[in-house]
Amino acid sequence: MGSQGGFGQSKEFLDLVKSIGEARSKAEEDRIVLNEIETLKRRIIEPDIPKRKMKEYIIRLVYVEMLGHDASFGYIHAVKMTHDDNIVLKRTGYLAVTLFLNEDHDLIILIVNTIQKDLKSDNYLVVCAALNAVCRLINEETIPAVLPQVIELLGHSKEAVRKKAIMALHRFHQKSPSSVSHLISNFRKRLCDNDPGVMGATLCPLFDLISNDVNSYKDLVISFVSILKQVAERRLPKSYDYHQMPAPFIQIKLLKILALLGSGDKQASENMYTVISDIIRKGDSSSNIGNAILYDSICCAASIYPNPKLIEAAADVVAKFLKSDTHNLKYMGIDALGRLIKLSPQIAEQHQLAVIDCLEDPDDTLKRKTFKLLYKMTKSSNVEVIVDRMIEYMISISDDHYKTYIASRCVELAEQFAPSNHWFIQTMNKVFEHAGDLVNVKVAHNLMRLIAEGFGEDDDAADSQLRSSAVESYLRIIGEPKLPSVFLQVICWVLGEYGTADGKHSASYISGKLCDVAEAYSDDVTVKAYATSALMKIYAFEMAAGRKVDLLPECQTLIEEMLASHSTDLQQRAYELQALTGLDRQAVEAIMPQDASCEDIEVDKNLSFLNDYVQQSIERGAQPYIPEDVRAGMGEMSNFRGQDKHEPSHHVLRFEAYELPKAPPPSKAAPVSIASSTDLVPVPEALYSRESQQISSAASASEAGSSGLKLRLDGVQKKWGKPTYSSPTPSSTSESSSQKPVNGMTQVNGASAVNSRVRESYDSRKAPVEISPEKQKLAGLLFGGSSKPERKSSAGHKAPKANASAADRSQESKTAGASNEAVAEKTNHQPPPDLLDLGEPTVTTDPPSVVDPFKQLEGLLDSSPGPTIDHSAGATAKVPDIMSLYGGTTTGEQSTSGGYSIPVSGEGNLLSGLSNAAAGGAPGEMTFTSSQSVKGPNAKDSLEKDALVRQLGVNPSSQNPNLFKDLLG
Amino acid sequence: MGIRFVLMVNKQGQTRLAQYYEYLTIEERRALEGEIVRKCLARTEQQCSFVEHRNYKIVYRRYASLFFLVGVDDDENELAILEFIHLLVETMDRHFGNVCELDIMFHLEKAHFMLEEMVMNGCVVETSKSNILTPIQLMDKAS
Repeated sequence: MGSQGGFGQSKEFLDLVKSIGEARSKAEEDRIVLNEIETLKRRIIEPDIPKRKMKEYIIRLVYVEMLGHDASFGYIHAVKMTHDDNIVLKRTGYLAVTLFLNEDHDLIILIVNTIQKDLKSDNYLVVCAALNAVCRLINEETIPAVLPQVIELLGHSKEAVRKKAIMALHRFHQKSPSSVSHLISNFRKRLCDNDPGVMGATLCPLFDLISNDVNSYKDLVISFVSILKQVAERRLPKSYDYHQMPAPFIQIKLLKILALLGSGDKQASENMYTVISDIIRKGDSSSNIGNAILYDSICCAASIYPNPKLIEAAADVVAKFLKSDTHNLKYMGIDALGRLIKLSPQIAEQHQLAVIDCLEDPDDTLKRKTFKLLYKMTKSSNVEVIVDRMIEYMISISDDHYKTYIASRCVELAEQFAPSNHWFIQTMNKVFEHAGDLVNVKVAHNLMRLIAEGFGEDDDAADSQLRSSAVESYLRIIGEPKLPSVFLQVICWVLGEYGTADGKHSASYISGKLCDVAEAYSDDVTVKAYATSALMKIYAFEMAAGRKVDLLPECQTLIEEMLASHSTDLQQRAYELQALTGLDRQAVEAIMPQDASCEDIEVDKNLSFLNDYVQQSIERGAQPYIPEDVRAGMGEMSNFRGQDKHEPSHHVLRFEAYELPKAPPPSKAAPVSIASSTDLVPVPEALYSRESQQISSAASASEAGSSGLKLRLDGVQKKWGKPTYSSPTPSSTSESSSQKPVNGMTQVNGASAVNSRVRESYDSRKAPVEISPEKQKLAGLLFGGSSKPERKSSAGHKAPKANASAADRSQESKTAGASNEAVAEKTNHQPPPDLLDLGEPTVTTDPPSVVDPFKQLEGLLDSSPGPTIDHSAGATAKVPDIMSLYGGTTTGEQSTSGGYSIPVSGEGNLLSGLSNAAAGGAPGEMTFTSSQSVKGPNAKDSLEKDALVRQLGVNPSSQNPNLFKDLLG
Repeated sequence: MGIRFVLMVNKQGQTRLAQYYEYLTIEERRALEGEIVRKCLARTEQQCSFVEHRNYKIVYRRYASLFFLVGVDDDENELAILEFIHLLVETMDRHFGNVCELDIMFHLEKAHFMLEEMVMNGCVVETSKSNILTPIQLMDKAS
């Protein structure tokens, strides 16, 4: 138990942690925590609690909240602890407060005072603790209280303080840009701080500033390029190295910034080409971090003004990513490919099989990323395959968030690239059927409009064919249980409008279906309303055609039920339907002309057709109409043109709500509609206006070309139905079976053939191609358009050619890369933790190959006097001097100073030196794997810890307490 | 903003450390953690170390029984985040020596301090292990 004491905590705390660790279920954990809450509530208010004890209580409170319970009863004690003089207690207090409170909490006001005091402290640790709290707790209102002090701290002698101060300012800028708008120049100043940590941190706020306003920072391009170059050339302290990569996180941030600055700016971009291509060329594709940098280099190359060579280099890296066996790299590769594809679409072709592999991978993450890529490369030639794939996937998932997303993507693509209206309708049907309620209502309206308007060309036969195929498909679907409301609305509308148009289905059949819908979805008022209107149209068309109409009994009951509905909208529709059945043929024809949904409704706002009627009334002694403005003015009574209006007070309501849909009623129908309208004024407008388009009218009965319909319809089904989504289905089943062999093959390859991996892996890709013609077909459809075989072979040639040319260009680096990759594979399977502790020893082995730059830099690391002189000069001189500080042009002092900057002329040498280093990387890693076994003392430690764990009984299930040992074992 | 939260969760789904860079209520946190952990636990080793969840992208890495999960914005470099996790683990390892789940449980505040040094306002601000650990070592001496 000696080591337990080493933890320096009380028995009580150890017991708590132990019991939490042992908890076997969430319920048990909750019980422990609730118990703990009771204990803490009692204990924390005891008088004279020793400070150490109090700190422990606070940490126990943190546990309580972390495990999902409320610890607000103890917040005040955490606040009190921030007052403590002891730095450990103070920082613990601040930590707890930042974890507990949001910036608008009432207690914040109590802390601001403490923060103010602490910002002035002589102890820089106290200042740092306070600045941490500033970043988390200060809101817009309290910014002024600490702002002056934070600004002062930007010039603090400790780099840690400057770094945190700049981040505090960043936070203020995030919270309230206006409050610090006059202080923005500080960010530029800190960019040339002589501490690389401060410089690195400053990139974060600068990134934000630049993404908001690119143009104001174009002058910094050269500085950023120069910094990036120096970082890549290992001019930063070695403590920033990560797995032998010089300050990779700073490199990535700089690449992101350059991507912003160079976007669409040729001049700025030209400054970047060299450094980016250097980074790509020297890139280490054997480690995650090297690939992370490569990835952002590609993003940058794709974002800035395009440079063919750079894009070619980027494409080579993408190829490497995609050929990798690890999913992570494939994922990055797919993403990067999506960025490059905008610049040169042909890049995708050589990767078609890799893309299809990713698409068919069972890993959702990879699949979704691939869909994003496909979305970007959709054209009218491949839209069918892509959208069908998307829908297939959409049906298979249950995640609503993503379903909505992918459904909207499908709709977007279908609207944009639909090769035919038939296909569009089929696609929309599927989207609605499977994600209906997640789709925007507008989409439904678009679909209705498309069906009504047809092709736009004057091809009536094709239009009516389209409509009857829509009707057929809806009649098939309508029986399915639980269709989404939006989809049902579309179905009802189309059935009402065109259900009987081709004469294939009888009115009673269609109206029976509509009644079924209204009954099955009796809770859904909107669907019911659509169904009722559809019924009305069906009957109207029947009557107009001179056939006798018998209301179905179920229709009759439906109407009766709706006459008493709570929804006034439904009531109105029911009354209208009832009224309509009592009218004669001519009136009906005028009210409900066939296929008139697209006709413009001419609203006669003057209501001139009523003139006669008004005149008659006036003659009979009725009061003439006085327009509202005239009435209000009371002045010129003579000036009324009110004759053309009718019943002033109702005018607005009535015509908005009712007249619109039945606009051009000839004289005979008019009185009827108006009469009923007075009864039904209070119609909810929104509902009604949505419906208005469908009741609209004006005569033009288009022909329902019924002859030969069946035959052509079948053709349609085959064309759009079968090849597109019925063939993928078999492939998807074979997919899962073919999947595994493919993976197996590549894996075997990776293990056995280390040397010429590139070619090998290409072969291994080729093999499955021949095996699965389905995949080939899919590839052809996705990438090639119509001429499948040709494309295939051309693509086949392309890949090796690219490899060959790549090999020509940099044979050494490639072979190095290949062997590196192999190493990466191994290390990836046995997770990287082994890399621990290695950083330093391996680095020291490296320098011999890269002697010069390193030695030069070593001075910098220890914050030697040389560089500080250089930088302090830069700091006193303001903004414009940044350029000179980092700029490669003013070489004189810099080359001697050994600071960040370096003369451009030295580039060639350094680069070759670095590429040597990269080549040496592989052996370096080897040594580190072997050094793993030398981890003697560590093993002992872990054994001790293991013993402790067993004693404590924490986590008895895990045999191995050492995180890293465990992974290695 | 970049990083939205950092979580450490063991394979039983129990939270061992949670640091959020935007405010969520306790209930929201609890729900979010539950959903994410369920998603990540269901994945195999061969699959990507990245998962989409609502508006977050989760980058995760497993060390023995402990999962490190980082929620990021869409435009973040996933591989870099993956290595950020490893850097965090390496840093803890340097401080604790063969760090394990228990170290984090017993020294929760120190793990938080390290994270505070590395991430501010959702941005990675410090990646030098010595810079990260210096204040923590100084505090150890002070106490």
